[in-house]
Amino acid sequence: MIDQLLIPLLKIVIVLNATLVGVTYMVLLERKVIAWAQSRLGPMRVGPYGVLQPIADAIKLMIKEDITPVRADRWVFTAAPIISMVPALIVYAVIPFGPTIHLFGRPVSLYITDINVGLLYIVSVASVGVYGIILAGYASNSKYPLLASLRASAQLISYEVAVTLTLVSVILMAGSLSMVEIVNAQYNQHAWFVFLQPVAFVIVLIGGLAETNRAPFDLPEAEQELTGGFHTEYSGMRFALFFLAEYANMIVVSSVVVTLFFGGWLPPLPNTAWAHFLYYVPSWAWFLIKSFCFLYLFIWIRATLPRYRYDQLMNIGWKVLIPLAIANLVVTGIVKVLVM
Amino acid sequence: METTVHHGAMFDTDELVLNMGPQHPSTHGVLRVVLRLDGEKVVDCDVVIGYLHRGIEKLSENRNWTQIVLLTDRMDYVAAATSNVGYCETVEKLLQLEVPRRARYVRTILMELQRIASHCLWVGTHAMDIGAMTVFLYAFRERELILDLFEEFCGARLTYNSMRIGGLPQDIPPGWAKKVLEFCDIMSQKIDEYEELLTHNRIWVERTKGIGVISASDAIALGLCGPPLRGSGVARDVRKDEPYAAYDEMEFDVPVGTAGDTYDRYLVRMEEFRQSLRIVRQATEGIPEGPIVGKVPRLIKPAAGETYHAIESPKGELGYFIVSDGKSTNPYRFRVRPPSFCNLQGLRRLVKGHLVADVVALIGSIDVVLGEVDR
Repeated sequence: MIDQLLIPLLKIVIVLNATLVGVTYMVLLERKVIAWAQSRLGPMRVGPYGVLQPIADAIKLMIKEDITPVRADRWVFTAAPIISMVPALIVYAVIPFGPTIHLFGRPVSLYITDINVGLLYIVSVASVGVYGIILAGYASNSKYPLLASLRASAQLISYEVAVTLTLVSVILMAGSLSMVEIVNAQYNQHAWFVFLQPVAFVIVLIGGLAETNRAPFDLPEAEQELTGGFHTEYSGMRFALFFLAEYANMIVVSSVVVTLFFGGWLPPLPNTAWAHFLYYVPSWAWFLIKSFCFLYLFIWIRATLPRYRYDQLMNIGWKVLIPLAIANLVVTGIVKVLVM
Repeated sequence: METTVHHGAMFDTDELVLNMGPQHPSTHGVLRVVLRLDGEKVVDCDVVIGYLHRGIEKLSENRNWTQIVLLTDRMDYVAAATSNVGYCETVEKLLQLEVPRRARYVRTILMELQRIASHCLWVGTHAMDIGAMTVFLYAFRERELILDLFEEFCGARLTYNSMRIGGLPQDIPPGWAKKVLEFCDIMSQKIDEYEELLTHNRIWVERTKGIGVISASDAIALGLCGPPLRGSGVARDVRKDEPYAAYDEMEFDVPVGTAGDTYDRYLVRMEEFRQSLRIVRQATEGIPEGPIVGKVPRLIKPAAGETYHAIESPKGELGYFIVSDGKSTNPYRFRVRPPSFCNLQGLRRLVKGHLVADVVALIGSIDVVLGEVDR
């Protein structure tokens, strides 16, 4: 009873809440880091150093008027933010924050579930999320959102293929689709996959940026061109859902990158005798530190780089990343066969 | 403009008419651009202006000569001092008034500081339009220093009213020249900082190279002026060709581009930053002693006649055409040739065949101020 119902339920509650709090504070972190990069202070008024800013933001967004444009497709318009937000959250079900540990004499795994098609689950659920953007643009019945949703679909097609092909080479390395098994494979092979699959890492990172609509690929919401893009017509909490979904997706991408290429909860030099002291840091802490580094990288990129144009983005996707991904996959396969 | 509709086809395609502005984050004020799109490709566009028309020219004909300085502030409000000087010099030309050398030097310093401030705003907003938002805040940080210098000189930070016919309203405050030189040292480092973020940035180059190419002959035919003209390789600079203020005593180069695209216009303006600093340094170090106002008559009432005088504002050739009837204390006709207005003529030509994302880049690239376009 406890093992089957209570503990999983408890884990879901913890992960869900931690994610939502993490997402809101991610927004604050972004605002702060970008402000420092731009020689500003960022939010300073609400609470010491602006630490309560996310709460103020949430209150503001909740009490704002919720506008549905008259000519919008009401049902789709309402459903779009939900379609965006839900996949971003349910992906966390398979992300391993740590191995199985013993808590109060009872084995507790630091992940909600470990399914044997974990990676496939993430890829497929994450691609559902983009429907939120496409439908939002369509349902708003407005020109800027429509252009944005066209961009979003083009972006999705260009990058999903490259990223998924690249993931196959990681799967070849690990011999499993399960997220936990992928981490264990890195433990057994004594190395993070980033050292064995550097090209794959770069492709997944770029594709991840593109899929989460982050700078320099934030075309669907390009404020300067499309006045906010797909969420132009949204206000209040519905807008907030899109916003939160973007940040939740950022956390997902960094968690996935950490799990696949940086050994998930493993410390550097996994399974090496002389580096055993690194295990004194708890496994989940390693995971969080590494994820945080990637989130920071995303913010840093946003503060530094201009935005790509729609056609240039497609070019990179189709003409550079996909051939590279295929080549990487073929080479990985050949090497794998030769080694075995 | 005609819309092409293919009837009877299974999938009808139609052009999308997209109204960009007057309330749009990247149309730099109240510019309205009506785009006809094929997908994201711009088939044609209509530039609609007039949302900031305040009738400055007509107003000026009902104000006396000294009061007009105030109105010229409101035209190019990001380079108000340049407009002030342009107007005052035109009236001085009409009055055949000699301006003391010290006043001309201070005017040169102010105008070049103003050019740097205006270009700071341009580089910031242009970069922001293309998505590099950090440059915007860096550029505004330095613009603030210039505004401080202006505040110290004349008390205002945006619309300065900083000139008088015949000279300056007041002498430069003590220690001001030293602060200007200090600013020059800071600024020359900061320009490198902007360039580091943009000039060799792959994305920036890809976004600007080959975008909005305009040949030298086309640029002349369209009547472009200032950096957009020089970006196409025409070395036309009023400061060099028809020197005014103290530019005949200054040493500086006129940067020109070769390709005539957005990237070249960007490079030209970045080099203008450096040349402006060079002029400011020379003028500040060589500032002569002497009076600051010439022999201005108590009542300004130029003899009947007309005159045209142009100066090089940060946006291009800013000209004033003034007619005096010799009887009243206000101009009979007051006409401005605003560089932004002339450069905006080129927008339709520039954006055709490019994408929506390029439209904002091109609006930024020609650097318009709508206050000056509409007047």
